[in-house]
Amino acid sequence: MIVETGHFALVLALAVALVQSLVPLWGAAQGDVALQRVAAPAALMQFALVTVAFLALIWAYLTSDFSVQNVVENSHSAKPLIYKISAVWGNHEGSMLLWVFILALFGAAAAVVGQDMPLRQRANTLAAQGWISTAFLLFILLTSNPFARLDPAPLEGRDLNPILQDPGLAIHPPLLYIGYVGFSIAFSFAAGALLSGRIDAAWARWTRPWLLVAWIFLTLGIAMGSYWAYYELGWGGFWFWDPVENASLMPWLSGTALLHSIIVMEKRDALKVWTLFLAIVSFSLSLLGTFLVRSGVLTSVHAFATDPARGVFILGILIVFIGGSLALYAWRAPMLKQGGLFAPISREGALVLNNLFLSAATATVFVGTLYPLALEATTGEKISVGAPFFNLTFGPLFLALLMIVPFGQSLAWKRGDLAAVAQRLVAAGVVALVAGALVWAYASGGSAVAALGAALSVFVIVGSFIELASRAWRSGGGLGLALRRAAGLPLSAWGTAMAHAGLGVTLLGLSATWWGAEKILTAKAGETLEIAGYQIKVDALTPRSGSNYTEMVAPMQVFRDGVKIATIEPSKRNYTTRKMPTTEAGIATIGLGQVYVALADESTPGEIGMRLYWKPLVLLIWIGSLVMSLGGALSLADRRLRIGVARRAAPRAAVPAE
Amino acid sequence: MTRKGRRLAMIGSAVAVLAVALGLVLFAMRGNVTYFFSPTEIVEKNVQPGARLRVGGLVKEGSVLKEAGQKITFLVTDTTRDLKVTYVGLLPDLFREGQGVVAEGVLDAADRFTATTVLAKHDENYMPREVADSLKKQGHWQGEKPAAQK
Repeated sequence: MIVETGHFALVLALAVALVQSLVPLWGAAQGDVALQRVAAPAALMQFALVTVAFLALIWAYLTSDFSVQNVVENSHSAKPLIYKISAVWGNHEGSMLLWVFILALFGAAAAVVGQDMPLRQRANTLAAQGWISTAFLLFILLTSNPFARLDPAPLEGRDLNPILQDPGLAIHPPLLYIGYVGFSIAFSFAAGALLSGRIDAAWARWTRPWLLVAWIFLTLGIAMGSYWAYYELGWGGFWFWDPVENASLMPWLSGTALLHSIIVMEKRDALKVWTLFLAIVSFSLSLLGTFLVRSGVLTSVHAFATDPARGVFILGILIVFIGGSLALYAWRAPMLKQGGLFAPISREGALVLNNLFLSAATATVFVGTLYPLALEATTGEKISVGAPFFNLTFGPLFLALLMIVPFGQSLAWKRGDLAAVAQRLVAAGVVALVAGALVWAYASGGSAVAALGAALSVFVIVGSFIELASRAWRSGGGLGLALRRAAGLPLSAWGTAMAHAGLGVTLLGLSATWWGAEKILTAKAGETLEIAGYQIKVDALTPRSGSNYTEMVAPMQVFRDGVKIATIEPSKRNYTTRKMPTTEAGIATIGLGQVYVALADESTPGEIGMRLYWKPLVLLIWIGSLVMSLGGALSLADRRLRIGVARRAAPRAAVPAE
Repeated sequence: MTRKGRRLAMIGSAVAVLAVALGLVLFAMRGNVTYFFSPTEIVEKNVQPGARLRVGGLVKEGSVLKEAGQKITFLVTDTTRDLKVTYVGLLPDLFREGQGVVAEGVLDAADRFTATTVLAKHDENYMPREVADSLKKQGHWQGEKPAAQK
């Protein structure tokens, strides 16, 4: 019964979403207040219904209801509780339901928070949110129903794909989807603004917190996915420039550009039309990401069995939304009042440069990801575009962007003084050069790339905080005053510095990969191996079993100069239900670096084949992402950014809703 | 700076950045993309030894040989022709005889290949799309196995 209730709730949600997409729009066009007021309750209602459906599916998983096909295919009664829940979104149907659930959540939140907005704009925005809901609810109900029943019901389920049975993957999709779907709000705000023909600094203030939330979660989601791939796939890599990864990187890049351009719009009332364009592009790229992952048109290492019919449907959604929104943009954008031009040497000029580099970087990733598809469709030739391509195109653009980050951050609005900024950054430059030289000396015969990367990352980190320091440190103040001043700086300034420093931290982790070590070898029990100054004593293979798998573990002890510092247990697992083997890497974290061991199949008895890595500073790659997200959160916490505060501060004039 | 000057600065920097990006893309496209071939296509298209490419097909039953130092050789077949692949490293978990595989590396001769990467998939029902297409072309495609029969 509960399962049918879930299905029925989803159908009702579709009906409500249809009302939400059409009625407020008509109301806005006719100037009918009552019709426009339908938008908010409809968004809340839709959220309630989708929640019921989502909970119903979770319930089916928790109770291992094997009359539901989706549960049979992805669950097993012996599976640990956390994976029963995460299995809900560890498959196509369930993950689309999660997508719609988050979409409805954002819609409802926008309905509640957006009460300060002019009624007309709010009605248009929520209607746009309704269109997206309608499309995806239709998609679920017509092609991917998670509530389909099986008759007769099997006694046991087929279990979740073993590599998804991991805490990292339990939270990766929700994080990523909050990021993807969060951009839908920026999209709807843009569509609402285009429909209303009204766009100003207030629009930027309304949109920016939503954008920040989406960006924070997307950053965390990408980092989580990358760390998961690193430790779970046993390849020792963390980013493969695979289409599915690129699909999440593209909205992140354009979203980052949007986050910067919207600041210019808020502060200087400029770049309006461009910002709207980026809002449309960011969500379009999120949709494209969903399409690439769900349709299987691209060969990806992360591909799961896919269904072409669904791909065609999502392609349809893609064409309607991207085509439709760009058409709306082409039609309405010229009618918007353009903002003014400004001096190239200024904070806003630097932000434009940031946008140029980020857009160009997005474009290179886009070309590298989709060119093989276009080529195959037109000529039938099959190519793959991998890391060398992206290192050569995306790499230089992004490094150039990082070079200008500290400059941009330190330039003043309207008219900046580049010479003064350069003078302030001399200290950062010196520290960076010293760091680069140290790396060059330490990794003797090491790559110049590593030294340059390290120097650049140190420049970005130090440069990010120099601006704060120079604002806090006034001559004759003394340290106490400077600290008090620093504490008194707006949270958004701290947020900016943190986010930029995080970027530097990640780059430092990436640069360190150049001086790591890697060995492929075969060892016998009792043997001691050596990598980068660490000794690894290999014990005999021992069998072990978990609740739904058996494994062969090769316990190893890691020593440094005769002192034992860690024990690791790399293993080869075999998940009994699916008869699927997985490699569980053994990882010893030493400071910020890791000793990483992945086992091979046992070929000759008594011999253990393995791949051994020393990965210095590798954790910085993900710590940097966390720092970036923290920066975003600080910026979000800044009260000055909230529209309500500005309004409350202003004298309350009676403003009737249009 | 005049209004015209500002506009020029804006447009100029946009054009410069985009031109650099375009140049990088075109340059990278020349040497850094790899083509995908089946063992038959390597012979038919007369692919020269030394070429960097991806090859795909099925791992021939009984052809996997493991030697010392994690050196592995196996035959990739599209059932018409076989290609002997040598690989040093750890095979992906889902590498099995009779299953689809994609190897990336360098062609040594028309029938020998040294792989630097052997690609894995996350899902045991999944067939690399290139492999499925090339098997379809050869007429050996049996379609997705109905999951219930497993």
